[in-house]
Order: sequence, then structure tokens, then C-alpha cells
Amino acid sequence: MEIVLFVAATLRISVPYALASLGACFSERGGVINIALEGIMLIGALGYVLGAHATGSGWVGVAAAVLAGLATAALHAIVTVKFGADQITSGLGINLFAAGLTRFVLKQVFHSSSNSARVVGLEGFSMPGLSSIPGIGPVLASPLVLLTVALVAAGQWLLFRSVFGLRLRAAGERPESLATLGLSVGLQRTQGVLVSGALAGLAGAWLASEQHSFTDGMTVGRGYIALAAMIVGKWTPLGAAAACLLFGAADALQITLQGSGFPNELLQMLPYIVTMLVLAGFIGRAVPPRSVGVPYDPEHL
Amino acid sequence: MPAHPPTALPLEPGTHSPRRPLLSPALLVALAPLVAVAVSLAIGGILIAAIGENPFEIYALMLSASFGNGYGIGQTLFLATPLIFTGLAVAVGFRAGLFNIGVEGQLYLGGFAAAMTGATLAGWPAPLLLPLAIASAAAAGAVWGAIPGVLKARFGAHEVINTIMLNFIAFALVAYFGRFVYQPATVRTAEIGAGAVIPRLGDWLTALRSAPVNLSLVLALLTAAVTGLLLFRTRGGYELRAVGLNAPAAEYGGILIGRTHALAMTWSGAIAGLGGINFVLGYKHYFEQGFSGGAGFLGIAVALIGRNHPLGVIVAALFFGALSHAGLVINQRVPRELVEMLQGLVILSAIAAQQVLERASRKLH
Repeated sequence: MEIVLFVAATLRISVPYALASLGACFSERGGVINIALEGIMLIGALGYVLGAHATGSGWVGVAAAVLAGLATAALHAIVTVKFGADQITSGLGINLFAAGLTRFVLKQVFHSSSNSARVVGLEGFSMPGLSSIPGIGPVLASPLVLLTVALVAAGQWLLFRSVFGLRLRAAGERPESLATLGLSVGLQRTQGVLVSGALAGLAGAWLASEQHSFTDGMTVGRGYIALAAMIVGKWTPLGAAAACLLFGAADALQITLQGSGFPNELLQMLPYIVTMLVLAGFIGRAVPPRSVGVPYDPEHL
Repeated sequence: MPAHPPTALPLEPGTHSPRRPLLSPALLVALAPLVAVAVSLAIGGILIAAIGENPFEIYALMLSASFGNGYGIGQTLFLATPLIFTGLAVAVGFRAGLFNIGVEGQLYLGGFAAAMTGATLAGWPAPLLLPLAIASAAAAGAVWGAIPGVLKARFGAHEVINTIMLNFIAFALVAYFGRFVYQPATVRTAEIGAGAVIPRLGDWLTALRSAPVNLSLVLALLTAAVTGLLLFRTRGGYELRAVGLNAPAAEYGGILIGRTHALAMTWSGAIAGLGGINFVLGYKHYFEQGFSGGAGFLGIAVALIGRNHPLGVIVAALFFGALSHAGLVINQRVPRELVEMLQGLVILSAIAAQQVLERASRKLH
């Protein structure tokens, strides 16, 4: 039974990682580094709480989170794609902005600098068969868990088997080839960033709906872990999702070992150390898209 | 692919037109930080108006809070001190074509190392203990900067991701060691010895008496001067900048890129580590979990607005220090979170303005 609970906890924890790192795949495959995932997730979580607070419906909250994520990602796209500015700096700027904005709104709406009022969560489906599995059933019945699995599969197909994916990857590998075909590099890249924004917003919605509230800085670095998972997963949705499960398991293990005297801090480091080892080439080679991070400038070829 | 730092200037063109235009292209690009600050303050003004306050009144209040009296000036200088260090650290990285996002973690470890040295050797006399505590801060930061530098030189691993990862590892590592060294039921270390204390400026200048600004500020200014000399007046500094401007050309000229990258990151980390002493040795006299409070990340904004020049960094650090202090003062009328939003907006508008003005200057040519 303990192992079933552990698996259930791993799944639950992995959901936001998987959504955001799927988004990271789309952004980076299109040629745009998205360190802003952390801030987008945070704004998405706030979006959920505002939507759910105003209407009393979790699904309105989800829609608000996705819209908030899209809007924040649009800001990243404008700065990096339209103006061609440095992508990493833009991401950091957005994260700083998001931390301030969410606190600002929290104070204006809920008159608190630390947490929002309690809001509704997302009620689970009662799916015959799935929901009745002991231990793990309630997790599987949660609509966003199933949606995440579907999105990862769809994302893998979309990136590597569809025209959209081919064009998006071309924008991240050899943007000049895309331009030669008369297609807009900027448009492809913007789409990639927007997809990542919607998914990171959804990840924020999951966090807020699970917790039934927004708390200051509640993403606590999950956006960066999602980015790391994408690297460990070699820029593929399936690989990234697998890495998210690994990182999620490390988190779940921390909860399991709580009170056993085992130093949790050492487990906390696991995702970061694994990522560094992968980057250094000790665990397979991680090759980023050829033109990721390089603004596309048709005048400078 | 390494991200090119946003502020790397294009190489000077070899030919000049005989007639100098009123607004030279270089001057136009140099205006980017001012444009960015103006745009951000304008957006901030709209937000202030949106919550029913008068933006001009609030900004005037902020200005007088930060510079209008001895206490305000002392607070501004105190908050600017770590930003000078972190801004310099980021700037050194940028000059070498590297993006050191790990400044936050390097500063954090620097503060922890200084506190541990100061507390462990508490009985030592100041002439020995103080330099040792300061040196241990620099050493801890240097090690934490060297790791991504060497990984980049040896394996081509991207320093941005590695420095992000190392920030989190630094926080977890300190939390782990904290289990053994924190005072019971707190998240702070024992008090440092009297010999490790950096005196406050208020001990000599009565106007600054109640503010925590201390001699770390002088060390920050000295570090800026030394950094400027090393960057612009030595062979090593020239090599570092050459690698940052055009790595293949530098390599063709016989400069070892990997070695330069590793050294630049180590140097950058050492400066960042020094940033920890302001709080630990100069203010609280112990290390407290989470003391860095984003000073490392704000260093990126400082370097951007300071255009990676030591003098620019000092001015930008004063600006952001003043903004932080003013945010606390106006908190009764406008949430101080506004200032945090402004910090992010300044970064975004700085890099956008840089691009817009560079394009305009290309047309001017």
C-alpha cells in the first residue's frame, strides 16, 4: 500500500512539471529559451484563483490561468521575437515582474501580502474502473492528470509528426531555411512561445487548484525544474515527461522520508545534479536545437 | 548555443564619415538605459494612478525618502552596496560573453563562508580575522563560479543552466549544513567575533548614524576600481573582452577561449561572494537563511543599466538601492511590490530599447 501511495504522490507532483516542461519543448524547439516559465506558472496560478474566486467555478479558473499564461508569454514573445532581445534576460525580467505583480494583485484583491482567500478546486471525474483502483484511483480521476497524459502524447505527435511541428523545429534549427520557403520565422517562434505560455499557465492552475489558494511565490522554482527536465529529456515531450516523473519521485520520496531523520536537502539537490551531469555529457549527450537562443535577424545571415 | 549578452557592443567600424552627425550611433545606443528607466517609471506612474494615487507626488516622495536626509542616504547606500558587487560580477561575465545567473547562489555561499569563519575563529584579532573572513567570502563565491566555468570550458556545458542549478544546490547545501550550525530553533548562525565586524560609517559620520551602511561600501567601490583596471588596462582583461566580443577571432589571435571562460567565471564568482559581507559582517553579524533576497538577480538589472562598466554599475546600483528603500517608505500609500514590478520592467525595457536603438543607429550610419 505504501508503494501505491508513493506512486500516486509521484504522479500528483509530476503534473505541473510535465505541463511546463512540455511547454518548454515547444518554445525551445522553436528557437526561444523560456526561463520565464517560472513567472508564467506563478501568474497562471494567480489567474486560476482570481477566476475561481470571481465565479466560484474551477473551470473558469483554469481558463483564466491559461489566458494569463498566454498573456505573459506574449510579453516574452514581443521582447524576444519582435524586438530580437536576449531571451534569457527577458525571461529573468519577466520572473522578477511576475513576483512583484502577483504580490501587488494579492494585496489589491485579497488585502494580504502572503495568501489569497480559499477557492474551489477541480472536482474529479468518477470514471468507472479507473477511479476505483485503490490508492491511485483518486489521482487518476483528477481531470488534469488525464489531460496532462493526453497533452504529452499529443505534443510528441505534434512536434515530430505534423506540419506545424516541422515548421516549428525548422525555426529553432535553421530559421533561414524556413524564410527561404516564404514562411515567417517570427510567426513560428511566437506560436511556440504562446503554446509554452498556455501550458505553463495550466501548470499554475493545477498548483492553485490542488492547494485551493494562491500563496506568495508558490511555484518555488518549479519552472526551473521543468526547464531542467526538458534538457534531461533531450528536448522531446516524452523524454521530458519521463524526467518529470523522476524529479517528481524525488519530491515524493522527500515527503515519505519526512521525520525519518534523512536529510531532505540532499534529495532536493537530485534534479539539479542530474541536470548538470546530463549537460556535461556524463549521462548521454544533450544537444539543444541549433539556433535556440539566437534572435533571428534576416539582415545578419 | 551560448547566449550572446545583450549589451555586447558591436566592434567599432573601421571607417568614419567625415561629417559627425549630431546624434552619433554609439551615443544613441548608450541612451538605452535612460530610455528604459523612463519607460518603466512611466508604466509605474500609470499603475500608481490606477490605484488612485498621484504618481508625481509618490515619485517626489520616493526621491526625498532616498536622498533627502541622512538616514535615507544611509539606507540607499546600504542597499546599493551588495548591488555594486553583484552588478560587477554579472558585468565581468557579460564582458567575457558569459551569462552568470549564479550570482545569487555565489553571494549566498560567500555570506555563509564569511559568517562561519567569523564565528569559528571568533577570538582572533581583527587584523587577522577580518581579512580572513572577507577572503573566505570571495573564495566560496569563486569556487561556485568556477564550477560552471570549468564545465563550460571542458565539456561545453551551457553556463546559464548550470548556474541556475547551482543556485538551488547552494540553497539546499546551506540548509543542510545549517542543521549542524544554526542556533537552536533559528535559521541563523552564531554571532561572529568582534574582530570580524566591519564598522559602520555612522561611527564617524553622524548624519548616517542610524543607517546600517558600513565600510563594505568602500570595499565595493575599490572592487569596482580594480575591476575596471583589470578589464581595461591589463592583457588578461583585454583577452577576456576579446573573447566576449568575438570568440573565434580571439581564438585566431591565440587566446585560449576555455581558459578565459573558466577564469572569468571564477573572477565573477569571487566578486559575487564578496557581496555577502555587507549583510553578514557589516550589518547583522551573523548569517541568516535567505539573507540574499534577490540581490544576485537584481545584479543582472544593475549590469544592464550600467552597461557593464564599473562606473555605470555604481550609478545603477545607487538607483536600484534608492528604489528599494523608497518602496518601503511609500508602502503605506502604494504597495511596495510596485518597486519589484518596476525592477522587472526596467530589465525588459532595457533590452528592448537596446534593440530598437541599435536598429535606429544602423540606419543612421
